[in-house]
Amino acid sequence: MGTLTIGCFPGLVGNMAYDFALKLAEAAVNKGHKVNIWFSGNATGSVKAHQKHLKDYSTGEKYLKALIEKGVEICTCEACTVARGIQKPEGIEGVQWNAMHWYLAKIYGSDRVLQIGGE
Amino acid sequence: MGDVKLAYIVQKPQYKGETSRLAITHAIAYQTVEILLEDGQTVTPTLCFVGEGVLGLQKGQKAMDLYGVTSTESHVKNSLLVDLDVLVCKEDLAKYGISEDAMPDAEEMGADKKIQVVPFSEIQKAMEESKHVLFF
Repeated sequence: MGTLTIGCFPGLVGNMAYDFALKLAEAAVNKGHKVNIWFSGNATGSVKAHQKHLKDYSTGEKYLKALIEKGVEICTCEACTVARGIQKPEGIEGVQWNAMHWYLAKIYGSDRVLQIGGE
Repeated sequence: MGDVKLAYIVQKPQYKGETSRLAITHAIAYQTVEILLEDGQTVTPTLCFVGEGVLGLQKGQKAMDLYGVTSTESHVKNSLLVDLDVLVCKEDLAKYGISEDAMPDAEEMGADKKIQVVPFSEIQKAMEESKHVLFF
């Protein structure tokens, strides 16, 4: 089994790229691969807890929690996140907070990297 | 495993979105990645600007004065200061009528590296030599 690291930059709402990243992560971890997800840019807005899932909008929280339970490591860029007004105590439990070198370190040990650019 | 080479391919114009800037800051982060790796393990990104990605690199930017944000110019200079290879596609600069002389350098900051304006074939070579290619 391999290691996949996904860099996810698009916002949670407004396009389906974020949803795709999480679905892909789920498919990979279900096949037994190790998966890491790095949030940067607008994707960091998705780590705020207590999201209300309105059916017209994508949601991140329940999928992120499920992925974390399956062993996926998820980390948000702290600078990008606090710049959006989200503080660590408000974040989803289990999501790591770190700097960009976390992403590079995960890339180092990965067999495949998928960089999903943002807006 | 030693060194892992990465190619960061920036295709979007600076300032139009955040991603093109994040490419630069993520590349600079290679300076501190060693705190999370074992001895002898390194990551070496090469920053490559192609297509619309060559827009917004010119020197003389006043983003801080006008908008209170760090300019792309300063990020590029910092990239050079930390010895990153920065490649800009020669054909795409010509396509947009941007002179190679308009590219910033960080000589006054003491950087040894300079922006390398190169044919796309050189950027392709950088991609081929990299373990992972990341498109921003």
